Amino acid sequence: MNSRNRVVKDNLFKLFVFLLAALSILPLFLIIFQTVRNGISAINPEFFYKLPKPPGESGGGILNSLVGSFMLVILATAFSVPIGTLTGIFIAEVRNSFTELLRTLVNILQGLPSIVIGILAYLWVVKPMGGFSAISGAVALAVMMLPVIIKTTEETVRLVPFTLREASFSLGATYTKTIIKIILPASARGILSGIIVGTSRIIGETAPLLFTAFGNPFVNLNPMKPTDALPLLIFNYAMSPYEEWHKIAWGASLVLIIVVLGLNLLLKMVGKRWETKF
Amino acid sequence: MGDKILKIENFYAGYGHTWVLRNINLEIPEKKLTAIMGPSGCGKSTLIRCINRIHELNPEAIYRGHIYLNGKDIYKMHPTIVRRKIGMVFQKPNPFPTMSVYENVIAGYILNGIKLKKEEKDKIVEDALKKAFLWNEVKDVLHRKGTFLSGGQQQRLCIARALAMKPEILLLDEPTSALDPKATSRIEELIVELKKTITIVMVTHNIAQAVRVSDYTAFIYLGELVEFGPTEKVFAAPERKETEEYLVGKFG
Repeated sequence: MNSRNRVVKDNLFKLFVFLLAALSILPLFLIIFQTVRNGISAINPEFFYKLPKPPGESGGGILNSLVGSFMLVILATAFSVPIGTLTGIFIAEVRNSFTELLRTLVNILQGLPSIVIGILAYLWVVKPMGGFSAISGAVALAVMMLPVIIKTTEETVRLVPFTLREASFSLGATYTKTIIKIILPASARGILSGIIVGTSRIIGETAPLLFTAFGNPFVNLNPMKPTDALPLLIFNYAMSPYEEWHKIAWGASLVLIIVVLGLNLLLKMVGKRWETKF
Repeated sequence: MGDKILKIENFYAGYGHTWVLRNINLEIPEKKLTAIMGPSGCGKSTLIRCINRIHELNPEAIYRGHIYLNGKDIYKMHPTIVRRKIGMVFQKPNPFPTMSVYENVIAGYILNGIKLKKEEKDKIVEDALKKAFLWNEVKDVLHRKGTFLSGGQQQRLCIARALAMKPEILLLDEPTSALDPKATSRIEELIVELKKTITIVMVTHNIAQAVRVSDYTAFIYLGELVEFGPTEKVFAAPERKETEEYLVGKFG
């Protein structure tokens, strides 16, 4: 009887664990369901190539924020990848108390609230430049991306076996050439994953953009001028009192979710296809 | 004994505060194969890693004494120059995973920033692969990744990569210990052919292999050079008790 009791308990526990696991992913499905339901009707070809319409008129698109988000991501990547990759290599290659400190600081940087990073970008970039701009938004986003790039680079550089370094050095290569020609290419997958994870982290960030990129109802290609972004548009439109704008916000949310899911799929593919076999 | 290409004089090497090798004096004859034998941990790998100065890649590395290549002290030369003149092949095949077979062979030139014309590169690659007995097997897959080859082929690719730099000495650190018997015998045939044109120093654990391929044998025990001489002599009539005991399998 005792053993039977144990089996029942065991099965109950398994069921419990399964239910909790299902519960934890339930919000994701609810979000996707709700966003698709409310957003799908806003999406048509026009949505991607037209500007938003004034309140009261139906239709219109989100071209300004699509272009803006794209520009912000490109700029943020351009700022953070060179710095992050080199820092990652440095932390992975050199082991002393300075790099130990650096590693701790990177962890702290990763935990900084995004709104604080936005305020810093406002002080460092917006104020000296005298106005809101895509550049300042990109700086804030780059600071958020940086720890992700640093950590993934560090991890993959660590994985490159020492025997490859030996092989490179024993052919007469210098340290610099070994890093550039051997270590970096062998770490390409990790760095690329870092860029993808970093992008999906910043693409939905609203707070650091509120007082940097600011938003713009028109398409802007000048990095020195205020720029719109998907999350900014969603924030502004969802807060508005107009029914049409709410619809646009739902549509933009759907686009944003699809982009993030797409980035995650891309990450899986990169992990499989680009894997360097040692 | 022929000309001596490499002279090791009063050489000490180790890690941190411990000397692994003590007072090594050894003269390596040109265009012969010198096998370095000894039980695990005796310092034989450390010794050949000092010959092309990759011992010092370890931040703990220490060394003292002199190694002369053609009369010039290699510790007074720039390490990258030494390493171009003295090539090395390691225990585990380590082709560069992001490079094709072709790029692997030419890697020494790429890594040294030496610009070559396409025809020059093609010739170096073909020559090196032929010397490494690999050309026929890979001539149609030159632009595939080197890591797709079998273990034995990868090791021959690494030998080709070292040969492409036209080194004066080739160091082999237990080059067959990670390979199956068939691949091992291919490498041995290759080594026997190579030693006609290049000086080879090979660390090996395998006594039978040393007998098969080497001209001279150095026996290292507890960090000291115990015996050095023509292979037949060292094996047939060792002068020292330690050598004899190692050869009959009392330790090692």
